[in-house]
Amino acid sequence: MVDFAGWSMPVMYRGIIEEHNHTRTKCSLFDVSHMGRLYLTGKDTEALLQLVCTRNVGDMSVGLSRYTHICREDGGILDDVIVSRFEDQYLVVCNASNRQKITDWLSKHAAGKDVKMTDRTMETAMIALQGPEAIPQVEKLLNIDLSGLKRYHFQTGSYFTFKYAIFRSGYTGEDGVELILPAGIVKLAMPALMGMGNSDDAVIKPAGLGARDSLRLEAGMPLYGHELTEDWDSLTARQGWCVHLDKDFIGADAMREKKEKGLTRKIVGLKLEGRRTARQGFEVRANGETVGQVTSGVLSPTLGDSIAMALVGIDHTKEGTQLSIQFGEKEVPATVVKIPFYKLSS
Amino acid sequence: MSVPNDRKYSDSHEWYMVDGNVVTIGITEFAAEELTDITYVELPAVGKECAAGAAVGEIESVKATSDLISAIGGKVVAVNEELADHPELVNDDAHNRGWMIKIEASDLSPLDDLMDAAAYGEHVG
Repeated sequence: MVDFAGWSMPVMYRGIIEEHNHTRTKCSLFDVSHMGRLYLTGKDTEALLQLVCTRNVGDMSVGLSRYTHICREDGGILDDVIVSRFEDQYLVVCNASNRQKITDWLSKHAAGKDVKMTDRTMETAMIALQGPEAIPQVEKLLNIDLSGLKRYHFQTGSYFTFKYAIFRSGYTGEDGVELILPAGIVKLAMPALMGMGNSDDAVIKPAGLGARDSLRLEAGMPLYGHELTEDWDSLTARQGWCVHLDKDFIGADAMREKKEKGLTRKIVGLKLEGRRTARQGFEVRANGETVGQVTSGVLSPTLGDSIAMALVGIDHTKEGTQLSIQFGEKEVPATVVKIPFYKLSS
Repeated sequence: MSVPNDRKYSDSHEWYMVDGNVVTIGITEFAAEELTDITYVELPAVGKECAAGAAVGEIESVKATSDLISAIGGKVVAVNEELADHPELVNDDAHNRGWMIKIEASDLSPLDDLMDAAAYGEHVG
């Protein structure tokens, strides 16, 4: 167990690679209750979210979720969150480490507006079921039909007396769902979700933070504190797809200016020669000069390659560019490659 | 978890097995379990001189990278070549086939400060 933003979290249960592979082939259960869950009501909620989110969240229908960033005036990324629209409220799911910061930021910009925010992180639990077997397993366990639930959509339901919300989303690059349910019921729900035990041939097995990180990295998904920080903006983080510069939001002017002048650096994917793993902060070099730094790296369990993401100077971001990564006194050659490294064939 | 009593242990979780003035060094089963799946072991070239208490290699796992520290100084006389293709040997058999380097010690006395099996067992227990 490790301390993670004040939460005691398991890095692994049986082994990171085993849990990783189980997710890619069967189904893993991740306890993601540490993620912040902020519920907003009031007639100005939509306007507040439009103001703070980089992405257009003003036209969302009930049952829709959207991934977006929340940035400072200068474009520095405060957090990446998922906004979901319910009938009578909005839900913002933020990173555990940023929960206080985002609560403060939303409160500050809600001043004088008709918005009421309730933090339900502690009274609810959140679990993710991810992998090719996730959908059929959940359908069977909850006795529901998910065939109509599209990616980034959610629905609500009840299981006996407790209410839950089920979202078709995740952080692994696999199909699957994330469930929010009352915290008190989780102890009862876990054995059911785990297939009544921990037998070797169980379809659903638990997975920890270690596998969550290697899975998201293969899928090219950014992690706050690594690819996303207050030190740079969403465009630099290669997340321009969730930035709508045709609307006004906090950070829009800074990002418009950046776009007009041209970015000076950007996150890229790298494939290293050999088996060594690049770690956050390792220098990226070209022609004997430092041109950037690694933000995340892993020896990909699925692909067998050593892969990494790095923030590098804009002249070194083209696919196929040859760079190297500094490992102490040694340099390991690396090539700029496409993100994601792993893509689910559909 | 096994802690063989034919060797000494450091608090940074290396084991030291002495044969004359040649010392074989590896990491403990406890350390291998903590590091999780080991993916790469960087070892020095044979012939390299190393100082007592210095890092002589690096151990990479899915979780983290950590240094291999040698409590003794001397000349590297062998490294476990098998680990280049099979770093998982450290997870599978940390105390035997997962050995890392052999050093011809210039001075064996730093080993006197290390733990015996009983003390190490207590240290990690």
